[in-house]
Amino acid sequence: MASIAGADMKTRLQTWLPKLVLSPSLALMLVFVYAFIAFSVYLSFTDSRLLPSYGWIGLENYTKLWRLSHWETSLKNMGIFALLYISICTALGLTLAIFLDQKIRGEGLLRPIYLYPMALSFIVTGTAWKWFLDPGIGLENVIQGWGWEGFEFRWIKDRSLAIYTIVLAAVWQTSGFVMAMFLAGLRGIDNEILKAAQMDGASNWSLYRRIVIPQLRPAFLSAFVILSHLAIKTFDLVIAMTGGGPGRATELPATFMYSYTFSRNQMGIGSASATIMLITIASIMVPYLYSELRENH
Amino acid sequence: MAAPMQETAIRTGKVARTFIYLVLLLFAAFYMLPLYVMFVNSVKPLAEITGGGMMSLPSVFTLEPWVKAWSSAQIGVEPSGLSPYFWNSIKMVVPAVFVSTILGALNGYVLTQWRFRYDTIFFGLLLFACFIPFQIVLIPMAKMLGVMGLAGTTWGLSFVHIVYGIGFTTLYFRNFYAVFPSELVSAAQIDGAGFFQIFRRILLPSSGPIAVVSIIWQFTNIWNDFLFGASFAGADSQPMTVALNNLVQASHGVKEYNVHFAGAILAAMPTLLVYIVGGRYFVRGLMAGSVKG
Amino acid sequence: MRKVLNKKAVLFAGLVVSSGSASSSEVEVLHWWTSGGEASALNLLKQDLESQGIGWTDMPVAGGGGEQAMTVLRARVTAGNAPTAVQGLGFDIIDWGNQGALANLNAVAEKEGWDDVVPEALKTFAKVDGKWVAAPVNVHSTNWVWANKPVLDANGIEQPTSWADFEAALKKLKEAGITPIAHGGQAWQDATVFDAISLSTLGAEGYTAAFVELDAEVLRSDEMKEAFDRMAVIRNNVDDNFSGRDWNLATAMVINGEAGFQLMGDWAKGEFVKAGQKPGEDFLCFRFPGTADQVTFNSDQFMMFDQGGEVSHEQEKLAAAILSPEFQSSFNVVKGSVPARTDVSDAAFDSCGKQGMKDLIAASESGNLLGSMAHGHAAPTSVKSAIYDVVTAHFNGEYDSETAVVELADAVEISR
Repeated sequence: MASIAGADMKTRLQTWLPKLVLSPSLALMLVFVYAFIAFSVYLSFTDSRLLPSYGWIGLENYTKLWRLSHWETSLKNMGIFALLYISICTALGLTLAIFLDQKIRGEGLLRPIYLYPMALSFIVTGTAWKWFLDPGIGLENVIQGWGWEGFEFRWIKDRSLAIYTIVLAAVWQTSGFVMAMFLAGLRGIDNEILKAAQMDGASNWSLYRRIVIPQLRPAFLSAFVILSHLAIKTFDLVIAMTGGGPGRATELPATFMYSYTFSRNQMGIGSASATIMLITIASIMVPYLYSELRENH
Repeated sequence: MAAPMQETAIRTGKVARTFIYLVLLLFAAFYMLPLYVMFVNSVKPLAEITGGGMMSLPSVFTLEPWVKAWSSAQIGVEPSGLSPYFWNSIKMVVPAVFVSTILGALNGYVLTQWRFRYDTIFFGLLLFACFIPFQIVLIPMAKMLGVMGLAGTTWGLSFVHIVYGIGFTTLYFRNFYAVFPSELVSAAQIDGAGFFQIFRRILLPSSGPIAVVSIIWQFTNIWNDFLFGASFAGADSQPMTVALNNLVQASHGVKEYNVHFAGAILAAMPTLLVYIVGGRYFVRGLMAGSVKG
Repeated sequence: MRKVLNKKAVLFAGLVVSSGSASSSEVEVLHWWTSGGEASALNLLKQDLESQGIGWTDMPVAGGGGEQAMTVLRARVTAGNAPTAVQGLGFDIIDWGNQGALANLNAVAEKEGWDDVVPEALKTFAKVDGKWVAAPVNVHSTNWVWANKPVLDANGIEQPTSWADFEAALKKLKEAGITPIAHGGQAWQDATVFDAISLSTLGAEGYTAAFVELDAEVLRSDEMKEAFDRMAVIRNNVDDNFSGRDWNLATAMVINGEAGFQLMGDWAKGEFVKAGQKPGEDFLCFRFPGTADQVTFNSDQFMMFDQGGEVSHEQEKLAAAILSPEFQSSFNVVKGSVPARTDVSDAAFDSCGKQGMKDLIAASESGNLLGSMAHGHAAPTSVKSAIYDVVTAHFNGEYDSETAVVELADAVEISR
């Protein structure tokens, strides 16, 4: 009798155990992510400045926010940045992965070279990039020194082009990582299918387009998640390379939010911008995650 | 589980191959460029840098900036160099990586092998949490750390990194375990193996590749984090990135760029090492699961 | 806070017992003088305190001229773990004072007689509601022009004393193929230049009306428009690569003779001295033309955070040590600034430093010692940043002067 009751207890424990194991993560998430988000949204309706304060002022922070021209600049920059960054990283990563997959000699050497930028923090790589892009001392100067006097490369000094230098450095940092993801995907594809198709006389190009790339769909999805996550969080890069300049031309929502919340003592407006950022992220990510997760069922 | 390293069967002509090598080498140069700028300038005397020619090779070679960055550069009131901060970072990174990887593995295991009613919602919540900009959590997190008595400690920092690392580690392990043959698990269940027994005996032994991915990802992110390190560290727990920033950001003083670059490379050594040594396993780990939906 | 501090104190006491000393006290200091000369100068303060048996726990956080440190401070205060002393600038001190977070230093101030020796203009920031809450370390002044003397001589340029002279000098340099003005296009540097220029067009009273009282009429006035017009002249006399350049690299251009002038605060002097140059021989320092009688200043101070209702013994010691004439002299000689008290001997200072001290006293007496807008000593941070936005947008060609004054008044209005 006792042993049966014991076994019963054990089974019951076994059914609860999985949920018990998840519960710490769930608790942490609810408090440290979702409650914090709620707090930040709440602050956006208050008169918080230096520190959180709880005087309710309704939508005032939002109306102020939309009167600020560099908030619009930062949103526009985010659009340009995210679009270019994600697409270039994906295209470049895929190309390099396909090339590297052609029985390349020295792959073992090339791969870490492509990957290492991910290992560096932008606190100082930013300075290296800044120098390199600076017309007076960097690339322009060097190429002119080689005798090509007319060479010009001064994007970082140009208000309308500076954002592209941020894209360049960001692509430098993560495209190798994306390459690794695609390379892994490529290596996972069954060779027999490719051989069969080749027998049928398909060209390399159509082979990739018709057979290989469609099979890489999971890799594309993972790359998209990681790249969009990095795009949203891009912060150090801007601070280190341009400080948001020239003028405020390379401000991104993340730098905007940080500067209003912490350096300009306008926590209310900072929180309002954070709220809008979160809504934007949610409106892109939630449908994506939803379709992605449902398909996996 | 580890898929065999196979090359594709696609054949390429001689011209195409030359082109491919050319492109690959060109990009290798592109990736190496900033490191070149940093390295070349870290072995020059300062006068040579400020005198122009930041791209050129040093005419006088010196290792002094490296020695200075490591052991004698002024960081705060102490001329201590970066070395003491190195250990602070290690003490913060190791537990954080370890715990978040374990939690991610367990979560992934439950989410794939012990499906329950709302597991997808749970996973969705966890995944969406990866996307919040960290700047918004600073103030409430400071409050919570104060309440928990962890403010200004290394444990507090590790805790923060664990909390915000779980999302990605869970993602990696879940995708990896999703393609794990479930017959093995049900067979073990019939044999009467318990929850942890199955995890330990069946899933864990084959988790090597994905553990490498998770560890590399977490290690790099936590080691390079500046925002949390600066905001939540106490005087005796400041990590390497904060010290590096203190070194390079003289407000109204002379900037010793050679020392800065040497310091930057020193600060990046552990992560560089992880990538160079672990890089091969990294691709293998990615291959073994995480990029398969 | 309590818990952490006590634990530390216990640990510390345990260590000290064996050595026989009775001291278990220490101060934790959050600051952004994290590297090079200024950090080693701060070390003098640490040694001074240690000689009095007070330990120093260093909490250096660099970045953005103190912005990063202010973020850390907020996190620390929110966590209930405020450092004992924190480096602070201008309105940040007042803001924290108004939050009731700072300790009252009146007792030590009275004992040391601070009220008699610290200039009134500085007290605006060191005292909140009649209470001393911070100890000023130095006074930087920002309306300086730095010039390469051999370059000026070679082009027949005298030290300019009016805007017209200055403009003519710029023209001569440009014709000679020399970059007239070395400048770094970062918002705070643009604003530093704007500080001096707007002071020259508005005068001391107008400057106060515009940037302290935030009078919309003055912000939109013709004099303000004239200031923006002069900014445009400056813009036309910088090189093509100015944007994003660090200030010290701009100073290097003057040192190397690539450029004639730089408009920058007195911290630039350190760069000249480090390059082995001598004031009066190799380089010149003078007030921006039209502001010879005025001094725009910013002052680094150490705020003392309340440690449970009363000011601690260590905080008083630290504050007294900061304002001691010896430290004021030795620190400021290194830093390039001038002492925050007017009775310090100028013997250890070079000619620029001596002039700076004299100017400070004169300006203080004549009511011409003005808090620098660009460095957060005229208006609160939110307003300052809003002015930055407009100045930097104008300087980078987004607005003409007409639009700039309208935008300026508007931005100030939004940020109040």
